[in-house]
Amino acid sequence: MSGINTGDTAWVLMSGALVLFMTPGLAIFYGGMVRAKSTLNMMMMSFAAIGVTTILWVLYAYSLAFGKDTGSGLIGNLDHIGLAKTINQVVGEPGHTIPSLAFVMFQLTFAIITVALLSGAIADRTKYSSWILFVAIWITVVYAPVAHWAFASQGGSGGWIVDKLGALDFAGGTVVEINSGAAALALAIVLGRREGFKRDPMRPHNMPLVLLGAGMLWFGWFGFNAGSALGASGLAATAMINTQIATAGAAMSWLTYERYQGGKATTLGVASGAIAGAVAITPACGFVTPLGALLIGLIGGVVSAWGVSRKYKFNYDDSLDVVGVHGIGGLVGMIAIGLIATTSVNLHGGNGLFISGHASLLVKQLIAALATAAYSFIVTYLIALAIQKTIGFRVNRNLELEGLDTTVHAESAYDINSFTTR
Amino acid sequence: MKLITAIVKPARVDEVKSALQANGVQGMTVSEAAGFGRQKGHTEIYRGAEYVVDLIPKVRLEVLVDDSDLNRILDLIVATANSGSIGDGKVWVTPVETVVRVRTNERGSDAL
Repeated sequence: MSGINTGDTAWVLMSGALVLFMTPGLAIFYGGMVRAKSTLNMMMMSFAAIGVTTILWVLYAYSLAFGKDTGSGLIGNLDHIGLAKTINQVVGEPGHTIPSLAFVMFQLTFAIITVALLSGAIADRTKYSSWILFVAIWITVVYAPVAHWAFASQGGSGGWIVDKLGALDFAGGTVVEINSGAAALALAIVLGRREGFKRDPMRPHNMPLVLLGAGMLWFGWFGFNAGSALGASGLAATAMINTQIATAGAAMSWLTYERYQGGKATTLGVASGAIAGAVAITPACGFVTPLGALLIGLIGGVVSAWGVSRKYKFNYDDSLDVVGVHGIGGLVGMIAIGLIATTSVNLHGGNGLFISGHASLLVKQLIAALATAAYSFIVTYLIALAIQKTIGFRVNRNLELEGLDTTVHAESAYDINSFTTR
Repeated sequence: MKLITAIVKPARVDEVKSALQANGVQGMTVSEAAGFGRQKGHTEIYRGAEYVVDLIPKVRLEVLVDDSDLNRILDLIVATANSGSIGDGKVWVTPVETVVRVRTNERGSDAL
């Protein structure tokens, strides 16, 4: 493995660790947001995502996502089954090559967090064994193909979104955000509403945990976005500062929006706003200017804050707002690229409508976003329905009311009752 | 002897307790409670949705008093628990047959 760029390699290795750190962060973020009785179950769903996805990634999922395209632009071949032909190999542009295994690890962490995100839509009511089965199927038939479409750039003959359509997605606005948002909607519809939805406030039981988790996600997101430059470069620096700007901007704009919607400026609002901003800048962070990132953050925060309230109007119990934050936030980012992307930031990017006067990039962005959303929603719906009709996807009502921690996991997040812990 | 049970706003507990201590009350029991009265709770907006909150957090105070002290202590509790707004709570009095101090086995008024 001669000639690897050590600086680039160091940054991608570090980024892999940063993005993996996001999933325990998500577990804490989600864990604080549910009611106390199902905290551990919520966190356990994220940890199952880490375990199951890693095993499948090694066996075949990496190959499906990043193997040589089979000719259709839809899926990779099976060259890398068991991570074959990745040891002592390199990937990347001449002068910027990194070990293939650094790339394998980095991309694995994206697959993990994407499927873990879905668990937020079905909090407090999911049968744990069914969730594990779902993760395995979803990574195989939804994540791997969609990652191939948008991330497997293979010199014009790779995934159709990146190589044929030419839509821009720097770090996963389609693959991670719109994909998880659409799939979350399908899951929430198939599993149905929690007992007491719209009747009970179902407030987060531990807001400090939510803020801690949001902070871990914010921190890890620098690996997610700046790491997607796949090198220790100026582009990585652009992606990093843009991520910070949009995340901060959306935290403030969400807070302002909810304050003037007759509510209070809540801790949950500032945490959700930060995540919504990071989501919105994810596809755009390597293609827009810092001021563009600020605009994306400010708008992304408001649009997502509006988006999360749709669940009450349409009566689906997306418990922790995966659809509103990730689906809608991702859409904002993809559209923003079509409007304000500029090649002055990234020569390999493009010019949006407001820069070039042409809507061609915007059209490509919309096609990529809508195709991802449609595929993800339909296939996820079918997987969920199949599981529901066979082994069941939801616990029975008594378990749900009692809480999943003691009934499913034989543990409790807060075992502090002096009569029961002696 | 009488048992005074008072349901009061959590924010008034310290004032009630101080007033009782300053007026010779030797002991009390405090526990957290939740419930509703004539006002039937209220609505709150959280994350874009409106909810009825009908079980409102309260504190339950229990004080044992001698019959001769009853009215004085009762007035004291009502005066200090009153914030002038709805949801200030309720106080009721029940007769007590006997009281025993566990350590000494004293009975009746001596055990108060």
